[in-house]
This record gives sequence, C-alpha cells and structure tokens, in this order.
Amino acid sequence: MIRARVLIRPKAGILDPQGVAVERALPALGFAGVANVHVGRLVELDVEDPAQLESMCEKLLANPLVEDYEIVLDE
Amino acid sequence: MKFGVLQFPGSCDDLDALNAAGRVGDAELLWHSERDLKGADAIVVPGGFSYGDYLRAGAIARFAPIMESVIDFAKDGGLVLGICNGFQVLCEARLLPGALLGNMNRRFTFRQVGLEVLNSGGSFTHGCALGERLSIPAKHSWGRYYADAETLAAMDRAGQLVLRYAAGQNFNGSLHDIAGVSNERGNVFGLMPHPEHAIDELVGGSSDGLKIFESMRLTVEGVHA
Repeated sequence: MIRARVLIRPKAGILDPQGVAVERALPALGFAGVANVHVGRLVELDVEDPAQLESMCEKLLANPLVEDYEIVLDE
Repeated sequence: MKFGVLQFPGSCDDLDALNAAGRVGDAELLWHSERDLKGADAIVVPGGFSYGDYLRAGAIARFAPIMESVIDFAKDGGLVLGICNGFQVLCEARLLPGALLGNMNRRFTFRQVGLEVLNSGGSFTHGCALGERLSIPAKHSWGRYYADAETLAAMDRAGQLVLRYAAGQNFNGSLHDIAGVSNERGNVFGLMPHPEHAIDELVGGSSDGLKIFESMRLTVEGVHA
C-alpha cells in the first residue's frame, strides 16, 4: 500500500469566505504580513494502485467544477 | 398522479415533502438502498443532511442505488425536483449545472425569503405568474450557487434561471441572486428554499410552496396553465 495525500482547494477566482475570515483573524492576533489565505481539505489514504487516485478525485474526493486537487504520494 | 419522495439516512425534510406532495397527488417514500421508483410520475429529492453530508453536501448520496434509477428517470424526461440538500445532490449527480458552496456569511441561516419567478413557462413554475413573488423559508449552510460565467450565460439564454432571491434577500451570496435552476431540457429543477415548508399560511408564512407541487401535477397530467 502506498500512502497518499490529496489536497483539495477552492478554485482560483471563487470567493473563499473561510480563507477571508482566517486572513482577517491573523492580524487581529498580532500576525502581520499575511495574504492570500485559502482553506481547503486534506484527504489521506492508503492505496494499492495510485493510478486510480485521479479518477477517485474526479468522481468523489473533489468537485472539479469548484475545487482543484493535488495528489501527493509518500515515497 | 404519484410523487416518489426519496429518503436517505440523514434526510430530515422527507416527511414534509411527502405531506406537501400529498396535498396535490399521491405520494410515497422511496428508500435510498432500493432501486424501484414504484411507478412514481415525479421524484422529489428532499432536504436534510444525506449520509451526514460527509465530504461535500450530496457527494455520497448521488451514488445511492435509488439515484441510479432517478438519473435514468431524468434522462427519460421524468420530472425531478431537488430541494436544498436535494438540489445539492442533483448538482453532484450532474443532473443540474453548477455547484453549491458555503454561504458567504459562513453560518447556517434560517429565514423567510422572497423569491421572484423568472421563468413561468417551465414544468415546475407554470402555475406561477412571470415576476410573481413567492414567500418561502430557506435554511442552509451551503446554498451559494456557483457556475462559471459561460455556463451562466447559456443558462440565462435557455431560461434555466427559474427563481432568484428578491432584492436584499440573497443571504448566501449566490451568483446573480440565483435561488433555483433547471436543466436545459427543463425536467429537472433544484432550489435552496423549501416549498414543502410553505404549504400552510398558519405555519409556513405562506402557502406559495404548493404552487411548485401543483405545477408539477399540471405538467404530469398534461394540463398547461
């Protein structure tokens, strides 16, 4: 089995209210110099055939209409 | 005519939808793990939190066995109404264009909303007048309608933008104030507000929701308002 991580993010250009909220909260806590905050999801899974991951993302793990996904395999 | 109302684990507006549909026709619940639509003339995919809304609202429910039959039914031209979570399920199933994102206010919000009928010629709204204002409750966290600009322009030309929030009522941040859309063929319709909760003026704020169910009955029975 191979350990995989799928990072799912809101597509560029789609308003991300969670990211906006976090971006506003950080300066309020004294963290200056923060920009372009986006909040997404992480799916971790063990797979026998990593070649299936893209299809898994397209069909279920992400909604390609509104989300980008990135597949990262642990070596 | 007979309505089939789907019931997933986590549906919570299924019985209200059954009751509303039962005001204008016969209505029967259809359990998610079955495949038989039991002779229904129209399908209602109700509100709630199907399969816990895990991953994304509607993402798991769209693969339920009953949904395979509903997708075939829709492709044959059968009427399918999706309300709230049902709208999300129909978008995930690609029976409707676009997607529903988290509300701009980042909160679950419940309020009575005013809706304007933009297309009164369709199978779900021909019991309404063009420009008519409906008063119907909405309650959701993930109701911000999104489709890309090209898709929205094509939908607008084809009359698929059926309902919009009246001025000042778009609390979720939907593009173009969109509250309800149909597919290109016009036999699948989804909306975030809950017509099944607005069937009695005593508790629903109005009985405007019945007009959606009544329009469906007229369509199935071949009566054009």
